[in-house]
Amino acid sequence: MNYNVNEKGYYGEFGGAYIPEMLYPNVEELRQNYLKIMAEESFQKEFRQRLKDYVGRPTPLYFAKRLSEKYGTKIYLKREDLCHTGAHKVNNTIGQILMAKRLGKTRIIAETGAGQHGVATATVCALMGLECIVFMGEIDIQRQAPNVARMKMLGAKVVPATSGSKTLKDATNEAIRDWINNPINTHYIIGSVVGPHPYPDMVARFQSVISKEIKTQLKEKEGRENPDFVVACVGGGSNAAGAFYHYLNQPEVGIIAVEAAGKGINSGESAATSALGKVGIIHGSKTLLMQTADGQITEPYSISAGLDYPGVGPMHAHLFASGRGEFISITDDEAMKAGMQLCKLEGIIPAIESSHALAIFESRKFKKENIVVVNLSGRGDKDLDTYIKHFEL
Amino acid sequence: MNRIQQKISEDKKLLSIYFTAGYPKLDDTVEILQQLENNGVDMVEIGLPFSDPLADGPTIQASSQVALKNGMTTDLLFQQLKDIRKTVSLPLIIMGYFNPVLQYGIEKFCKKCSEVGVDGLILPDLPLAEFEENYAEIFKKYELLNIFLITPQTSEDRIHQIDSASEGFIYMVSSASVTGSSEGFGEIQEKYFERIALMKLKNLLIVGFGIQDSKTFSQAANHSKGAIIGSAFIKMLSEKGKIGISAFVDSIRKV
Repeated sequence: MNYNVNEKGYYGEFGGAYIPEMLYPNVEELRQNYLKIMAEESFQKEFRQRLKDYVGRPTPLYFAKRLSEKYGTKIYLKREDLCHTGAHKVNNTIGQILMAKRLGKTRIIAETGAGQHGVATATVCALMGLECIVFMGEIDIQRQAPNVARMKMLGAKVVPATSGSKTLKDATNEAIRDWINNPINTHYIIGSVVGPHPYPDMVARFQSVISKEIKTQLKEKEGRENPDFVVACVGGGSNAAGAFYHYLNQPEVGIIAVEAAGKGINSGESAATSALGKVGIIHGSKTLLMQTADGQITEPYSISAGLDYPGVGPMHAHLFASGRGEFISITDDEAMKAGMQLCKLEGIIPAIESSHALAIFESRKFKKENIVVVNLSGRGDKDLDTYIKHFEL
Repeated sequence: MNRIQQKISEDKKLLSIYFTAGYPKLDDTVEILQQLENNGVDMVEIGLPFSDPLADGPTIQASSQVALKNGMTTDLLFQQLKDIRKTVSLPLIIMGYFNPVLQYGIEKFCKKCSEVGVDGLILPDLPLAEFEENYAEIFKKYELLNIFLITPQTSEDRIHQIDSASEGFIYMVSSASVTGSSEGFGEIQEKYFERIALMKLKNLLIVGFGIQDSKTFSQAANHSKGAIIGSAFIKMLSEKGKIGISAFVDSIRKV
């Protein structure tokens, strides 16, 4: 079985482009050009250069000795937290802004939940001198004031999404509506491997630099390119898509996707899409989706804003449905504990999203000789408030 | 012949009204349909509310949210429409997003439509290729027409594809916009309406998005078979309630 996208834009039964006709020309323009543009040597050269000089790649692959000792297996951390802006998100925004330039677009829009993708988009727009509008749920704007300030400092206009539940999914709706209203000059930088084809594939390709580097770095350290397992948290799933990408079709590498159980899968406050979702359409993609029996999209919950999405990218839906990926869900408390533990054992303050991936070692046992790479997708600076409240620091 | 096709063949400009089922009150659906018929409207689009209506502006979003909060569901809509053909003979189209239909089951949904006497569907986020490959047969079996949209950005090639896949009419979106824009029509729209009229399509066109009064209605209908009013009608319902329907329809038709 192939786990990459097929020529029609599907991963198994998932994916496609379920978009209103108003968006067809925009999405079609992108679909016809993205592979061609990405294959251009000048594009590749500029992308690599920016990732190296601006983002700070390659990020280290760090052997977490004390964490490994604690769990009796070999744990490596892929340090995406050391990227400029503090998370893997910028790999994608660099790629997409170069794409937008080549498509002749002058206006950039984006959605953001906690604000990480918004900041990463505002950053590259400042870098390239392009107009930037970020849609953010009204409730998230209140919850994430520092990131709102960052975006403003970087020159972006932050527009509150006041529709629906006023969070990430509504910010995404508003960005899509803006794109309908501005079909000619605007490029929409989606922040994850979600949305209509070709977005999931394009974003995965930009993020695939993560697993490309893991291969080289692991070869240096362990004499082999393939770990036994690669682990990543999944909200929409962009860091996971990047960490899994070059291992998708290598069955000897176990793929572990970690979802946010929130207060527990059956608590009514969860974001564990693989456990709670059914096949449906969200933001132009057929995928697993949390919804009512009547097909209304429901509001997810997680302590981590970056995992708080009612769907999951179609690549991941396919990894789940086909059994290629092992899906584990982690509660708020488990994640917070694992995050604090990494601080104490390794001197690294992780984003709460990434802490979900770190938390699996409590229950998921590995062999002593196993090499397990965990994608540490972001740093925890943005989450200090949550850490302070949770641990009463 | 389907009721839509019959209506399209009449020698007049058609006024079609969109409203959200279950708004303002949960059980308003039938009475609104009856009043629209009694006031000489030609066709109706019944909006099946969805939590995340991507192509809609604030007015229809808000009405959808209220309708859902009121308790509107797909099943309930079909229950409300159970006896509609005893009192209403207008062509009826259900307009909604694809996910609720998918969850209900496409075949079951189409079967229900045909049982209650719905004539067509508009599902903006069900793409043409997807429809033709997977669902065209089912629509045909239940004699339902699927209405496609074109926009000012739709290429001529694609318009021809859509024309050959359409059997009722083509829904011509007036401008690059979500529903409920109130900017009126200028030279750009006039040129677009003329350009499409000159393409000599096999299907007639009905214009929607941005039609709000008799002026925009006649501008739109000038180069087409008629026009659809949605947000402006819902705004009126919010302000005046069902009692305002008659005056609203008259004000559009007054030219």
